[in-house]
Amino acid sequence: MNFDERIRNVSIIGAAGKMGSGIALLMAGEMARSKLKPENRDFKYRLNLIDVSDDALDGLSGYLRAQLTKAGEKACVMLRELYKDREELVENFDIIPAFVDDATSLIRMGTDLNVVKDSHVIFEAIIEDKDIKVDVLKKLDSISGKDTLYLTNTSSIPIHVLNDEAKLGGRIIGFHFYNPPAVQRLAELIPADKTTQELKDFSSELAKRLRKKIVPSNDIAGFIGNGHFLRDGLYAIAEAKKLSKDHALAGGIYIMNKISQDLLVRPMGIFQLIDYVGVDVYHCISQTVSGYIKGEKLTDDLLDKMMEKKVMGGQRADGSQKDGFLKYEKGRPAGVYDLDSGKYKMFDPQGWSGELDKKLGKYPEGFYPWRTLLMDPKKEEKLSAFFKNLNASSTLGSKLATAYLKNSKQIGQKLVDSKVAKSAEDVNAVLLNGFYHLYGPINDYV
Amino acid sequence: MAKHRKKVYAAAGYNTVSFGSGRKEFHPKKVRPGLEQYIEEAGKGVIAQINDVNNIDEGVIGNFMAARFNRQGNLPGFIPTIDPSLEYKPCTRVEGACGSGGLALYTSIKTVLSDLADVVLCIGVEVQNTYKAIYGADILGGAGHYMSQRKNGHAYFFPGQFSDRAGACYEKFGYDYMRKGMATWYVRAIENARKNPKAQEYHNSIEDLFATGMTPPNPKVFVDHLNVYDCSKVSDGASALIFASEEGLNKIGIERKDAVEVVSWGQSQADVTKLPEDPTRLTTTHRSCQKAYETSGLSSKDIGIAEVHDCFSIGGLLHLEAAGFAEYGKAAGFVADGGTKSDSEIPVNPTGGLVGFGHYTGGTGVRQAVDLVHQLTTKAGDCQVKITPERPYGLMISMGGNDRTVTCMIFKKAD
Repeated sequence: MNFDERIRNVSIIGAAGKMGSGIALLMAGEMARSKLKPENRDFKYRLNLIDVSDDALDGLSGYLRAQLTKAGEKACVMLRELYKDREELVENFDIIPAFVDDATSLIRMGTDLNVVKDSHVIFEAIIEDKDIKVDVLKKLDSISGKDTLYLTNTSSIPIHVLNDEAKLGGRIIGFHFYNPPAVQRLAELIPADKTTQELKDFSSELAKRLRKKIVPSNDIAGFIGNGHFLRDGLYAIAEAKKLSKDHALAGGIYIMNKISQDLLVRPMGIFQLIDYVGVDVYHCISQTVSGYIKGEKLTDDLLDKMMEKKVMGGQRADGSQKDGFLKYEKGRPAGVYDLDSGKYKMFDPQGWSGELDKKLGKYPEGFYPWRTLLMDPKKEEKLSAFFKNLNASSTLGSKLATAYLKNSKQIGQKLVDSKVAKSAEDVNAVLLNGFYHLYGPINDYV
Repeated sequence: MAKHRKKVYAAAGYNTVSFGSGRKEFHPKKVRPGLEQYIEEAGKGVIAQINDVNNIDEGVIGNFMAARFNRQGNLPGFIPTIDPSLEYKPCTRVEGACGSGGLALYTSIKTVLSDLADVVLCIGVEVQNTYKAIYGADILGGAGHYMSQRKNGHAYFFPGQFSDRAGACYEKFGYDYMRKGMATWYVRAIENARKNPKAQEYHNSIEDLFATGMTPPNPKVFVDHLNVYDCSKVSDGASALIFASEEGLNKIGIERKDAVEVVSWGQSQADVTKLPEDPTRLTTTHRSCQKAYETSGLSSKDIGIAEVHDCFSIGGLLHLEAAGFAEYGKAAGFVADGGTKSDSEIPVNPTGGLVGFGHYTGGTGVRQAVDLVHQLTTKAGDCQVKITPERPYGLMISMGGNDRTVTCMIFKKAD
């Protein structure tokens, strides 16, 4: 079965979730483009979107229409070519809605797994829990044909574990999209030891069609992206705890978040990133990965305490940020969670947070925020000059940031040494493309 | 074409900000002024410069596509919203695509020449940010022939049309030579716009403008032969000014030193159902300029400042050739060598032009006339160029469609 034949019937399990809905959007677009080719017009295409939550599926349809419209607007030059023999479609005003209609007409939504019986490809994007995933995969395999391919979006569970426990005979691969899938260019590709060549080839072609940059990762829990993120976050938590002796835990979290954003020139501070991913998701990754990797402490009791207090972070359906380690106002951090009182301590530039800013010291010369450097063609030169000054600076902020940079580099190097990543370039590519860092962790800056 | 039987003057010009992406205060999701606010601001800007609004006899408004951009027709009805005294006065709307502003000028002048009015309020307006650029491209595509051209045209229809012109010029005169001229056009447009607080590119802070202008075209996401910097942006705005007879000027209390005289004009119409025969030339524009030169006995050597219709950098270059400022095929080199700078013999678009100032399509022709009034009466602020006695004339070209509806006009400071 070739690629075009395979994508004529696709199912996505967990389709109403954050990742599933993004994958649904990408696949609806790709399947519609494929169907519009003259040689494919007579074939039936079907995209089954399945989720346990019927309520969540209600919102999915509107989301997909809106996002497919945006995708059509961006790709209109190509769409005009695809629709060139449809004489009644003249203006972009005609063509873009036609594309949205064609894409949505392939979709069937529901909660019943049985519709996957004719699917040649199934994406799994359900909760990050090994036992539930295995259970669902087994059910799917009992319904669908024996040549159906499974692409799991797990970000931490080893693929060979899923393959062996669900008895899929190598018909599963890790195809880890980044959030949000429609925007992020990166996907980590994680074949298990037994993954079939056909599935590897299919995945490479799929990445090409979806214009994703693939970074291969070996099948070791956490892979490259979360392998780095998990350890990076745990380091920040440990440092925040050390700082809590003088500045209370909220002060420590404030400091580590601030220096990891400003002085490491990242798009967001580490605690803001954990909140963005979801404290609950981060906690789950930590539990999962530590179950597979022995001899290294990859959990922290602070995360357990946050879970007990039900401070979860993550996003609402409209994409706005929920409160987690930090409190958000208009999408921006405005306070820090105080574990003892269970309340948020609001930033106070004239008071406590202003005092901490002073203690961190003046930023070294050559500092530019991440956003300023993002499109700057001379960013490498500027970063190099800034980090040189950072290393030479003796302020509290600079010392913490330099140590953080060194630790991030060690994490990256460890991913290469422990054969999770094939090379330093692959580690850097994941952080550059999946996390929007301006530089890879394995660098000459420290 | 007959010479004017009496003198017609222009004065009391006003431009709103050209609003759209590039302005710091612009955000696509924020509420913006609409047609009503722009017409009112421009109209009141003019009225503030005359002694009594009751002395306005007629109104003319130029607009291209309010019916689609704003779902609004009957634009003459907005002229009385500027001031109650304008109610029940004769008002007319004219349309000739992006050349609507030029037609509004031309119609206002004819109204004065006809002796039916001594003072005409001339307005041009367009509000286009109501649609994303990909749909705006459809609406502006109405400047071409829908039945024969739209289906096979580019998603970005007009950029596609001028991309074809650029491609033909690359082939005939060389890619590097043309691209350097086009990139320099962009540099000049932004440098001039940075001196004009009302320009859409006033806040532009790109360091290396030339390198930006040289960005290779990317046909996958845009057209074959132009990059986005070769194009004017999507703009909202309005411009207005007064056209008056000698008595009219006296009636509204405008002194000669604050007015310019309409020396001559040439208006030419080409068949909208046809495509240009030679994509490397703007023949209709050339005709219009020739008419304006012939009736006045002037040539390009007499012109000391020009406002050309650079909806695309390539269009700007071809206009220089059509108006006789550069020989055929030589405009790219002329611009690259500094020929259009504000301190050169023939400063072109010193307030930024369509690429730098912005292009509220149906209002642009009026904006060009307002800027020439300001320049020739030494009221152009930081954008002011030196007008010498040897070259005292200002020329403007307003173009609709792909060199279809073209008005050329020559002004000089009133004696």
